[in-house]
Amino acid sequence: MNLFRTALFLAKKDLYSELKTKQILTTQIIFAGLVIVVFSFAFDPANNTTKAVIPGVIWVIIVFAGILGLNRSFISEQRNDTMQGLLVAPMESASIYLGKFLANFTMMLIVELVSIPFLFLLFDFKFLGSLPYFILVVFLGSFGFIAIGTFLAALAANSKSSEMLLPLLLFPITTPILIGVVQATRIILTNMEKLASAIAWIQLVTAYDVIFFVVCFLLIDYVLEV
Amino acid sequence: MSMNLERGKAVLSGAQLTDTKKPNLSKILFGAAVITMLVSLYFIFIFAAEEKTMGAAQKIFYFHVSSAWLAFMAFFVTFVFSILFLIKRKRIFDTYAYVSAEIGVVFTIIVLTTGPIWAKSAWNTWWVWEPRLITTLILFFIYIAYIMIRQMDGVWDKKARLASVFGIIGFADVPIVFFAIRWWQTKFHPIVFGEGPSQKGGGIEDTMLVALLVTITAFTILYSYLLHKGVSFEKMKIMVERYKEKLREDLEN
Amino acid sequence: MIEIKKLSKQADNKFILRGIDLRVNKGETVAVLGPNGAGKSTLLKVLATLIKPTAGHVLMNGLDLRKNHIEIKKVIGYLPHSSLLYDHYSPLENLVFFGNIYGVNNVEQRAVNLVKEVGLSFFLNEPVKNFSRGMIQRIAIARAIIHEPEVLLLDEPHTGLDQGAISILNNVILSMKEKGTTTLMVTHDFKQAAEICDRIIIVKNGKIVDDFRIETRNQGFVSEKYELQVEGVS
Ligand SMILES: Nc1ncnc2c1ncn2[C@@H]1O[C@H](COP(=O)(O)OP(=O)(O)OP(=O)(O)O)[C@@H](O)[C@H]1O
Ligand SMILES: [Mg+2]
Repeated sequence: MNLFRTALFLAKKDLYSELKTKQILTTQIIFAGLVIVVFSFAFDPANNTTKAVIPGVIWVIIVFAGILGLNRSFISEQRNDTMQGLLVAPMESASIYLGKFLANFTMMLIVELVSIPFLFLLFDFKFLGSLPYFILVVFLGSFGFIAIGTFLAALAANSKSSEMLLPLLLFPITTPILIGVVQATRIILTNMEKLASAIAWIQLVTAYDVIFFVVCFLLIDYVLEV
Repeated sequence: MSMNLERGKAVLSGAQLTDTKKPNLSKILFGAAVITMLVSLYFIFIFAAEEKTMGAAQKIFYFHVSSAWLAFMAFFVTFVFSILFLIKRKRIFDTYAYVSAEIGVVFTIIVLTTGPIWAKSAWNTWWVWEPRLITTLILFFIYIAYIMIRQMDGVWDKKARLASVFGIIGFADVPIVFFAIRWWQTKFHPIVFGEGPSQKGGGIEDTMLVALLVTITAFTILYSYLLHKGVSFEKMKIMVERYKEKLREDLEN
Repeated sequence: MIEIKKLSKQADNKFILRGIDLRVNKGETVAVLGPNGAGKSTLLKVLATLIKPTAGHVLMNGLDLRKNHIEIKKVIGYLPHSSLLYDHYSPLENLVFFGNIYGVNNVEQRAVNLVKEVGLSFFLNEPVKNFSRGMIQRIAIARAIIHEPEVLLLDEPHTGLDQGAISILNNVILSMKEKGTTTLMVTHDFKQAAEICDRIIIVKNGKIVDDFRIETRNQGFVSEKYELQVEGVS
């Protein structure tokens, strides 16, 4: 499976260079922290009704921190035209996409691992729901968001102002995921009786993930074509 | 310089000459659009029964629904031509996709402005978080993004390729967006055709249905006219660019 | 080896390449000369599968560029204007990464050897971002030949190199030629062109205007021909 082999090399390259510079991850995590602090100003953590906004806040953090990483993922290949180096190498465009996706997804998971506990801590949120389900929702939501986000980042990288273009492309396309995961997270965190409804949302998000992952795989050739 | 301009003009009129091969289609479409529009106005204001509770404000419903229909059709056409472009790589397909998306955006704006008027008289609020209306709003954002991709700098084939990809992704997203939003919020809209959980308006009268169908036909013809006109305008622009480049090259050598 | 038929490339309405026909045999070393903006880099990019041609065909090893691009990419080594190196990676890491992607066996050893060959083994583990232009160019050359390509596409490889590096580069090209590598080299340096190439192509305004072999390593002959084609006409 040459496709996966080269994709893994690419992902390793990105993660290793992130390990060296620590630029993107640090920015993402600090940004997530700042968002949490801003939210604590906007909604009083001492107030009990604030608990209701927590599911939304989690996804606001993921989306905005995620977009910082997505923006860099293809722009960083423009220095010294290294993107050309990848394009002249004997691999499918799908490999490039998959490699970038894996790197972005890993970084996203790290950011979540740090920032979500921090959020719960600051807002003094007692976790009553089901942890496995919560992890599943976060995983599926991030998967879909990063899958389509990596694809659109590759598309937006062709523009001079790609940092501004990417959110405009990404947010409307990901509305189904965002609705789905926020609803599912809310039910899982606050109202476990309605678990069936949360599962229905999880199914919707999963369907979206599968459909768009496949569509992105099929269309990435056209995006990275030169 | 002035000589350049004159030559440009000569070239331009040449372009128009080649275009006059099919002035008929444009005229026929225009005529048909005007006539069906007038007919649909008759049907809406005179033929169709007046809604009991809402009165005349209900008439906006016909325009609202027809604009929504037109916008969806326009985006569907963009979707089809995007696929065709990626397969065939002919510039004309891209032009159709682009013009259709622009028309679609204009009519989503109409939907989004008539929607609140309707909402105000029906439910006494300006904006309702209602599935179809939100889907239209999201659609509006998606196709604004589509048009922004077109505004990128670079050669046309790159822009056309990227826009086509986004046109496909965007349209594939629409049913899922609608489904998700509908699931999330099913409170307001009377489901006019077919059954629905939030049935409230209790169906539609026959005369209203006729008027609606007539209006939809009129809007479809209007759409064909706009598409045709827009495409020939774009073609003209492309032609002018080509002649400019030729002139520049001739001057250089 | 390389066969180009009626190749043309259009950017919007501007023609960059207008009908290029060219045959290069295996083992030939061809210099591509021409004024700025003639379309030399574009020609190389088309061959490296970085640009899709508007019309025409390119065959390499008898394979069509459009259909068998993966197979063809395996045998091409491409060195463009920019270095294609990751800034915060060391030469070794860069070469190992690209070697892995090309599926090179025993990649570390080969990378170390190549760095030694271009005379930078002292800087093996320094990040590339601290290098001078000539040093970067040396590593970029090593990167282009990491997978022992059968076709070398070099775009102005001599820029920024000192005398020592120029002779290193020429030796690399000549030793690869002995192994049967075909080289296409865009250059503005007639001396180097005359020294290592056995055929010269002059491109002007997107067309091949001259194509001749040189047996004697005569620089004057090349510049004479070039002036006749490029400066003489305009
Ligand atoms: N992406 C592009 N869009 C539009 N025009 C382009 C593009 N790339 C190159 N060109 C045009 O193509 C022509 C040839 O460019 P190219 O880079 O091939 O020249 P060159 O022969 O390599 O010149 P130099 O000796 O300066 O390297 C130039 O006139 C340039 O303006
Ligand atoms: Mg060049």
